Amino acid sequence: MSNYREIAWQGLWKNNPGLVQLLGLCPLLAVTATVTNALGLGVATMLVLIFSNILVSLVRDFVPKEIRIPVFVMIIAALVTTVQLLINAYAYGLYLSLGIFLPLIVTNCVIIGRAEAFASRNTPAKAAFDGLMMGLGFTAVLVVLGAVREILSQGTLFAGADQLLGSWAANMTIQIWHVDTSFLLAMLPPGAFLAMGFLIALKNVIDTKLQEKQPTAEQQEIARARITKVN
Amino acid sequence: MAFKITSSPHVTKNSQTATVMQRVILCALPGLVVQCVYFGWGSLIQVLLAIAVALVAEAAVMKLRKRAVGVALGDYSAVLTALLLGIAIPPLAPWWVIVIGTLFAIVVVKHLYGGLGNNLFNPAMAAYVLLLIAYPVQMTTWVAPAPAAQYSPDLLASISQIFLPGSGDINLFRLGIDGTTMATPLDTMKTGLSMGLTSTEVLAKPLFDEGLSIGWFWVNMAYLAGGLVMLKLGAIRWQISTGMLAALFICSGIGFMMNPDTHGSPVFHLFSGATMLAAFFIATDPVTAATSNRGRLIFGALIGVLVYVIRQYGGYPDAVAFAVLLANLCAPLIDYYVRPRTYGHRSGN
Repeated sequence: MSNYREIAWQGLWKNNPGLVQLLGLCPLLAVTATVTNALGLGVATMLVLIFSNILVSLVRDFVPKEIRIPVFVMIIAALVTTVQLLINAYAYGLYLSLGIFLPLIVTNCVIIGRAEAFASRNTPAKAAFDGLMMGLGFTAVLVVLGAVREILSQGTLFAGADQLLGSWAANMTIQIWHVDTSFLLAMLPPGAFLAMGFLIALKNVIDTKLQEKQPTAEQQEIARARITKVN
Repeated sequence: MAFKITSSPHVTKNSQTATVMQRVILCALPGLVVQCVYFGWGSLIQVLLAIAVALVAEAAVMKLRKRAVGVALGDYSAVLTALLLGIAIPPLAPWWVIVIGTLFAIVVVKHLYGGLGNNLFNPAMAAYVLLLIAYPVQMTTWVAPAPAAQYSPDLLASISQIFLPGSGDINLFRLGIDGTTMATPLDTMKTGLSMGLTSTEVLAKPLFDEGLSIGWFWVNMAYLAGGLVMLKLGAIRWQISTGMLAALFICSGIGFMMNPDTHGSPVFHLFSGATMLAAFFIATDPVTAATSNRGRLIFGALIGVLVYVIRQYGGYPDAVAFAVLLANLCAPLIDYYVRPRTYGHRSGN
């Protein structure tokens, strides 16, 4: 069971695809202007990640090593198309605002990376769990980044949530503070890069603090061996 | 008469960071005064506010980094950054614009990259670009120069505009004598040309006097004078300034010769906007510029060409901040290719 705990720890924190592996930066920076968009893309990526991990894990013994990458890419592409059609059908507003980044999930390095590094070597159950945890870690970074940028630029949270969740969520928008002059930069790509840099710095600070708390293993002193004989 | 015998170096020069920075600051003051004459007290208030914020931010960051606070405050580099940013932004911009800009310049651009001497970008210009992108409206609302303005802001009006934004109509101070809203000369030229006017027709507007921009011409002249004094004092080298002004002159000269109707004249480009301020006070920042003499010439020329290209073909009326940042990016590359020959070695290796 500790194996699963390790997978969760790796996906959510230690090897977080957004903050540590820095994979999928393009969608990460491009669509996180609001929490709604970030959540939408995060969940879509997570779904693709889970199912691609399961499928890759199932076929791992039948695929020759030489052509495994094309096979993985085809599996991922099929899944992305499915997710794209689903969002197009059930969340059309979100489909419009995510734009090109939805089909571009297929090129997200997190997905092919996990298929190659984890799913092709582990059982379907473990692969599915890894997909879930990596997806959650990725979504968490997207949502935090989206929240920071949305608060800075518009002073709101969950603006346009009805696009994602249906009309009942239309009143979910929270006005944190009122801005007369919006901080445009947070909405633009440079703001995304800056905010991302600060998030990574924050993670490093937390890691350093955690490390300081851990008891350091005492280093054994190496006794100097005498080679020459003393008489 | 006693002859003291000392070992070399026999010619010493007082070139500590603090001394150089102090000289640069002093030489920029005439320009600031002229700016205040034409645009009211706003610039001075912005500069003072920026310096206060910069000193507090510098002290706080040095404390966080567990470094000596006094040394950092005593080298005047934060003051210079604040001064340049305060000069660069519109005189009546709301107070939070300059506060955000100064904090960004000192904390992010300077100290997150390792503090004085390690920053990749010119802090004042990086902050200016941040503000320009984040607050385009506030950053392009310039006051009309006094001789051409209907209302000039007095001290009280400047203070209330800066600290109580929205208390009065800022557009009142943008009105010219003829009652139309005025922009900066470069902005007017850009808009005029894009509307199909010839450059001569643009220069006939009330913002200009015999082809020169009212106010802006003398502001530029004051910075030119300050810059020449700095050259004489040895606070800066001539290469960067000369390279930039020559490149801007040549580029605008070629454009003007090809088609004088759609291009501003070289004199217009040299004495409008932040040209002289950039050539002597901004581009010459020793930390972010190229370091060899030939490298400095190339660095300056690159800024001049970029300024002209962005002014003429880009989306923004003035281009100094963008040009300086782009040239900052190129400085390591320039240094790599323009290495001076080591004494006793052949060039090339």
